[in-house]
Amino acid sequence: MPHTVSLTTNEFRLQLDDSGVATVWIDAPDASVNKISRDTLDGFSEVLGHLEQMNDLTGVLFISGKDASFVVGADLNMLAQAASPTDVRSISRRAHRLLWRIDTLGVPTVAAIEGPCMGGGLELTLGCTYRLASTHDATKLALPEVKLGLLPGGGGTQYLPRRIGVRVALTMIMTGKNIYPRKARDLGLVDALIHPPGLYGAGKRAVRQLANGTLSAPSKTSSLTNRLLEDNPLSRRIIYRQARRRAEDRTHRHYPAPPRIIDAVRTGLERDLDAGLDAEMQHFGELAFTPESQALVEIFFSKRVRETHAHAEDAQPVSTVGILGAGNMGGGIAQVTAAQDLDVVLKDQSFRQAAQGKKQVWSAFNRDLEKGILNRFERDRATERVAPTDTYAQMDHCDLIIEAVPEDLSLKRTVLSDIADVVADDAILASNTSSIPIAQIAEAVPHPERVLGMHYFSPVADVPLVEIIVTDQTSEAALATALDLVETQNKTAIVVEDGPGFYTTRILSIYLNEALLLLEEGADVPTVDQIMSDYGFPMGPFELLDFVGIDVASKITDVMSDHFPLAPEDISDSAARLADAGLLGQKTNIGFYHYGPSDNGSGKDRKDLNQNIYRNLGQTRRATPSPAIVQERLTLMMVNEAVRCLDDGVLRGPRDGDVGAVFGLGFPAYLGGPFRFIDQKGPSEVTKRMRDLAYQFGDRFSPTKLLIEHDHRKTAFHDYWSVHG
Amino acid sequence: MSDTPHDHTAVLVDGCRLPFQRSGTGYADLMAYDMGRMVLRGLLTRTGLSPETLDRVVMGTVIQDVQTSNVAREAALAAGIPNDVPAFTVTMACISSNQALTSGVDLIRVGIADRIVAGGTETLSDPPVRVPRPVRKRLFEARKAQNAIDYLQLFDGLDPSDLIPEAPSIEEFSTGEVMGESADRLAAAFGVSRREQDEYALRSHRKAAAAREAGHLDADLYRTAVSPDFDPITTDNVIRDDTSLDKLRSLPPAFINPFGTVTAGNSSALTDGASATLVMSKEVAEGDGYTPEAALRSYTYVAQDPGTELLLGPAYAIPQVLDDAGLTLDDIGVIELHEAFAGQVLAVLEALQSDTFAEEQLGRNSAVGTVDLDTVNAWGGSLSLGHPFGATGTRLVTTAAHRLGVEDGRWGLVAACAAGGQGHAMLIERLP
Repeated sequence: MPHTVSLTTNEFRLQLDDSGVATVWIDAPDASVNKISRDTLDGFSEVLGHLEQMNDLTGVLFISGKDASFVVGADLNMLAQAASPTDVRSISRRAHRLLWRIDTLGVPTVAAIEGPCMGGGLELTLGCTYRLASTHDATKLALPEVKLGLLPGGGGTQYLPRRIGVRVALTMIMTGKNIYPRKARDLGLVDALIHPPGLYGAGKRAVRQLANGTLSAPSKTSSLTNRLLEDNPLSRRIIYRQARRRAEDRTHRHYPAPPRIIDAVRTGLERDLDAGLDAEMQHFGELAFTPESQALVEIFFSKRVRETHAHAEDAQPVSTVGILGAGNMGGGIAQVTAAQDLDVVLKDQSFRQAAQGKKQVWSAFNRDLEKGILNRFERDRATERVAPTDTYAQMDHCDLIIEAVPEDLSLKRTVLSDIADVVADDAILASNTSSIPIAQIAEAVPHPERVLGMHYFSPVADVPLVEIIVTDQTSEAALATALDLVETQNKTAIVVEDGPGFYTTRILSIYLNEALLLLEEGADVPTVDQIMSDYGFPMGPFELLDFVGIDVASKITDVMSDHFPLAPEDISDSAARLADAGLLGQKTNIGFYHYGPSDNGSGKDRKDLNQNIYRNLGQTRRATPSPAIVQERLTLMMVNEAVRCLDDGVLRGPRDGDVGAVFGLGFPAYLGGPFRFIDQKGPSEVTKRMRDLAYQFGDRFSPTKLLIEHDHRKTAFHDYWSVHG
Repeated sequence: MSDTPHDHTAVLVDGCRLPFQRSGTGYADLMAYDMGRMVLRGLLTRTGLSPETLDRVVMGTVIQDVQTSNVAREAALAAGIPNDVPAFTVTMACISSNQALTSGVDLIRVGIADRIVAGGTETLSDPPVRVPRPVRKRLFEARKAQNAIDYLQLFDGLDPSDLIPEAPSIEEFSTGEVMGESADRLAAAFGVSRREQDEYALRSHRKAAAAREAGHLDADLYRTAVSPDFDPITTDNVIRDDTSLDKLRSLPPAFINPFGTVTAGNSSALTDGASATLVMSKEVAEGDGYTPEAALRSYTYVAQDPGTELLLGPAYAIPQVLDDAGLTLDDIGVIELHEAFAGQVLAVLEALQSDTFAEEQLGRNSAVGTVDLDTVNAWGGSLSLGHPFGATGTRLVTTAAHRLGVEDGRWGLVAACAAGGQGHAMLIERLP
């Protein structure tokens, strides 16, 4: 009879069956997932103590007691509570010691993986003799620490290269990307796959067969090319160099983890395991105390906190979403909606245009098919969710409408009042405007309490943010329904109050205005773009203007200009002038740059600079300020406006401001968002820099009132608002 | 055949079809499953029906794809109909989707179901081609082959001609006769001339073109667009606007040379398409807030000798449903009669008004009656709209219902012939 060994820890359960196979159930109390905390480490140590005392132990199986979730990673609170790098290093040291104890049990150890197996969870499996994964849809393996500015501190930098080879291991650790079961087996990250219901039984059989020799532990899985490439120090040196160069291209050296990851891996392979583990532990401790890592951890927490809503139970069920306008935005919203098994009716003026929107959806799902993420049937079913139409008649049963027609108040009013006649009186009506005040749109609609803004960002499938805009009249039910939909679409929401440009467009347009002022002063377009992408923005301001459309930017300036805290002479009219000259950006293949079809066939690629751009603005000489000045001018204008949004009540708190800027606009994540940026630099330092800039470049840099208050009180935004907000 | 006492009258709530496309054109790259999925999605979108409430999906198809042998199930799942709604596929040659529809009607009448989707889907662009039997046999044996020698032995006795793939047979399995030959013979037996056939074919194209111009077909159509280009497909492309009697007369006989009368011009063309209907019990339809278009009344299936009367089924089926309802042809405002061949349609009409046929074949004293040609296929038929085998039946019913509305009629009659010597007829009554 199998019996349960009684433990003092409640993080694990330990069972022993008649054949001497011990099963260690990882099963944190009162939680739906397992995280690695101090309690977990203590409990694991206790479990190993029992196992070490057992004389007739055949082997050990590690498996999760949770539903389709192995271990989601380290409990970040454990790191947040650490007082010093020494503290963090001691956590790393304990983890290394536990892996060593698994290894020295002297019996086969098997990890049976189902669901997410992340970070410390994956490191635990790397200490085992054999890894078995279920083909459950939720199964994925990753070492995501790099995304938080860290490295895997539980032995991952050492055991992973030894298991799957240094090249693939470096890629996994440096990108943090998910590996799915079949790929994991191909890489040798796991040794076998099994369907979910067979996982436990197969895990026990694997232990017994490893013990009796009918199954042998995999040797270092490596193809011949891998061995040739990796088994000598010279070619490994090339691999390290390539990895470093790739990381620099991607992160512009703002992220401190990648070089330290390479160092830890290298130390372990070129010297020995112990030296490598020491290097890993050292780096882990230091990285955890870099401002970049702390900002990344914060923003990661903020993104995961679901927008809490007091009336969540008022949400209305949504099974069919109607989308008006089948352009890029409409098509993108259709895609992320259909991908979650909701029906979509996609309307445009002509059936042909609507069908092109469906084509965009199909193309996206077809790319997933080519990547092996979807099979043909799944692609077909998801695509077929989208029904194109040119008439409102087929939209009467839609539960929620999102209009994504061109940015024109009267057009938006017209389509929403037209659709209001067709759908039920309580169907939610959302506008995907980027700047027009929702209240002005809602005026035209009967029952304006069901109107709100749902501002998606382009490209919709890639940008994780949706900015929800509520008016004074918007009902709690409408907001709750929109929040539900955004969550269903796997997006992160921020809720902001109505006003011109809401939050994101407001801070972005003032940022772009500053870029255009730089241009008018004589700055060089590609140089400014390079400076800002070096700083960590996904693209430079002029590339961004080309991407959104210079005419669109000009229209937004029109809407915003009365509300800008700027003197008229500080509002650039360059966008309007360029738009008048027919330079609209990517859509006309010419703006600040020339554009042509991209090499991979989807979208457009930037080609050369449009040399006429300066002549269009009547300039000849180029002189760009220093990178530091460019970065400060652009970033501080944005940050200052974000504070003003908080002061105006457009923002409900600094969390929304940071999440909106980082996930909607690509504000550099290592800076943590506008408010984390101020908090890390200190309100006093930021205020002082702004006053310096105001002296040099004009009053538009004057720090806003709320920023000065924080300077006087010496309070950080996040701390202060978590108490007073 | 009449309503059950608790009045589970089966009603047609709505029906639609994809625009029919000549094979090898608009839907050339699709499977029947693709078109089935598209039309089911179309029906759900048009009606706003919550698919969770469906009791059954039934679809007809004739040329089966081995990958999707229960095409109704695959199409339903891909259309977003939930896993727990059963779906089955029926096959009965050109009346397959009639059988799909009446299977649904039966489930409603006995009280097993209240909400049914019935339809059909067919591609004739991609018939399943098989390698010949000797190769298939060896492929089966190859599963047991262990080494190179075993594999080599499989080639033993294989003739090079065995490697040429076989197209699916188009002959009637029992008689070895091609359907066009049967139609040619049937036309001759009822004295239908080549000129009458060509004139009827011309009429079909003219009627279809006029109905399209008048917008009558729009109510039937669910416009679509297919990957990878998603160019809109909004009209039937089998209709020949440019055809004329001269052109039709110039065509050579297609099946019986040199003196036959059936040509490519007066036969239905190979067509791809799909159609679907939403059929509900009357009580539930009204409870759900729908306004049903028509009640589905008496129906029957008949079967004769596939050698001599392959395509004459309607002449046997029509009197049965009329008698059952106590009606005569004079009561019928709308007739939708499947047009496999012009000669077959005219032979059926001839049989219905023949006293001899009535006496000898139907056991009646006198002819069933003369059909007023104005009531027949006023918006075109299979000759002009196209004939995707498995999808035609529900097109006939949907069109009949829509015509009753436009023409302000009460009774509609649907009839069709099918390979195997079988036939079908159904009466529908406009509601309310």
